[in-house]
Amino acid sequence: MSHAELPAALHGLMAEFETPTALVRAAEQARLAGYREMDAYSPIPIEELNEALGLRRTRLPKLVFLGGVIGGTAGYALQYWSQAMAYPMNIGGRPYHSWPHFIPVTFETTVLGAALACFVGMWALNKLPQPYHPVFNVPEFARASLDRFFLCIESTDPKFDREETARFLAGLHPVGVSEVAP
Amino acid sequence: MTAQTHDGAHLAAPRDIDGLRSRALIAGVVGLVGCGLGFVFDRDHFFRSWLIAYLLVLGIALGSMALLMIQHLSGGAWGVFRRVFEASSRTLPLLALMFLPIVLGMGTLYSWTHAEHVAADAILQHKAPYLNVPFFLIRALIYFAGWIGIAWTMSRWSRRQDEGDMSVNKRLQYLAGGGLVFYALASTFAGIDWIMSINPHWFSTLFGFIMVAGHGLSALSFTIVVSTFLSRRAPMENILKPSHFHDLGKLSLAFVMLWAYFNFSQYMLVYAANLAEEIPYFITRISHGWQYVALFLVVFQFIVPFLLLLSRDLKRMPHRLIWVSFALLAVRYIDLFLLVSPEFASTGANLHMVTGAHESHFYVHWLDLAAPLAVGGLWLWMFFTQLAQRPLVAFADPYLREAMESTGGH
Repeated sequence: MSHAELPAALHGLMAEFETPTALVRAAEQARLAGYREMDAYSPIPIEELNEALGLRRTRLPKLVFLGGVIGGTAGYALQYWSQAMAYPMNIGGRPYHSWPHFIPVTFETTVLGAALACFVGMWALNKLPQPYHPVFNVPEFARASLDRFFLCIESTDPKFDREETARFLAGLHPVGVSEVAP
Repeated sequence: MTAQTHDGAHLAAPRDIDGLRSRALIAGVVGLVGCGLGFVFDRDHFFRSWLIAYLLVLGIALGSMALLMIQHLSGGAWGVFRRVFEASSRTLPLLALMFLPIVLGMGTLYSWTHAEHVAADAILQHKAPYLNVPFFLIRALIYFAGWIGIAWTMSRWSRRQDEGDMSVNKRLQYLAGGGLVFYALASTFAGIDWIMSINPHWFSTLFGFIMVAGHGLSALSFTIVVSTFLSRRAPMENILKPSHFHDLGKLSLAFVMLWAYFNFSQYMLVYAANLAEEIPYFITRISHGWQYVALFLVVFQFIVPFLLLLSRDLKRMPHRLIWVSFALLAVRYIDLFLLVSPEFASTGANLHMVTGAHESHFYVHWLDLAAPLAVGGLWLWMFFTQLAQRPLVAFADPYLREAMESTGGH
């Protein structure tokens, strides 16, 4: 495929804002205008942004819970198997299955399972590692990790129209609107 | 802020509080009549039941005072609950008064108060320099003087803050720092004096931590219940946001885990060591019917609230969270019941004072309903009286603007 023959394809249109408040307001208006396929970029976490973009809640907590349950069960099972089945040893006349002694290790493996699920799940749900992303084609985007706030409406959105979306974004009083090459 | 905000008049407590106040007073008086009958006809049970009920409300007041001090040190969004904490901690003078029946019942509650028991027991002789009547009373005096002193000073400075005196802000923080140290030490020793010494042979170094975790859990649950009530009425309906309840819910979850962590650690260490002075405490509580109470606590003071409070949605919905908090308060009472009651026979006699019989079978006495009604009713009456005295928001708090932002900033 040669790039010269495909000038029309775009990843999307990106508007640049100076404040987090302006970004949240822009996201809200874009959603009201019917846009759904969009993303916002900010150097700081903005709590209101999730709602403004209409993002659904992350599945990460469920993954972490599952990881914890698996880790805890495996930890307990390991101790039960080794101390009550495979190599039973009389310690101070206590029963082989001395469950109070198993709890600290079970707790630790629960935390381990949950932490691993959180770490791996976070990467997977964010589709990381991602060596290439089109938004970096916009030179101004370098300031997204510094002091500027960006809203990108992607071309996959059914309502996306190169001219009209650009006009809509310009109406939100941004610092500038850029086309994002794919 | 508008000029109106500065006098706090529009932040006055809702009228309904008067109704609650008189109802609490009626309940307290009815319970008190029951307790009076108990005092005459069943004195041993009266002192035991009174102690348990007393420990529950004392935990709410002290826990609230501790959370208030932590709030002064940390700042942040949960400053909107300051007035509830302050009102709880201002009930401490009444609690000092309600301690008197325990002083009166020392001979029933604590075997080490009897010279003939001490004379016959080498361990009690060894502990006599600490466990004796005058020193017990002096310590109680020190605890109450310190607690009331801290609560009173913080309340006074808080009023000065309302009046616009910003010089108290820094002083409140210093007092909170030192006050927390005093609170933790005094609560630990009070736990040893008033609960642990019922079984004077037993000891546990984790006991103070268990006390403090219990105080925190009681205070948070109570604050959630009261704040939910307030959040449905003016003036708080527009001020308390889901995110504020979210914060208290998260803290409740932390204290549920803390409570379980300390109790389990104590249990496991005693189980592992299997020592003659320590293990009877748990053997008593896992036999003769008490084991079901213990199991109930494991399920309903840890597993169920832990799983429920994991949910973000639940913590952000006051009308659901309030039921978890109500239940936790009830379970806190059962927890204290299990700390105290198995050391007494169903006749009400302290097992460590009767020769021969050393077993307690599960029982509940009618005074275990009358005493919480009396103590709880009178305390709630005092609490609502105190709550109505000040604007419901500490509007001059420098952190408050942040706390009242649309999402309740963090």
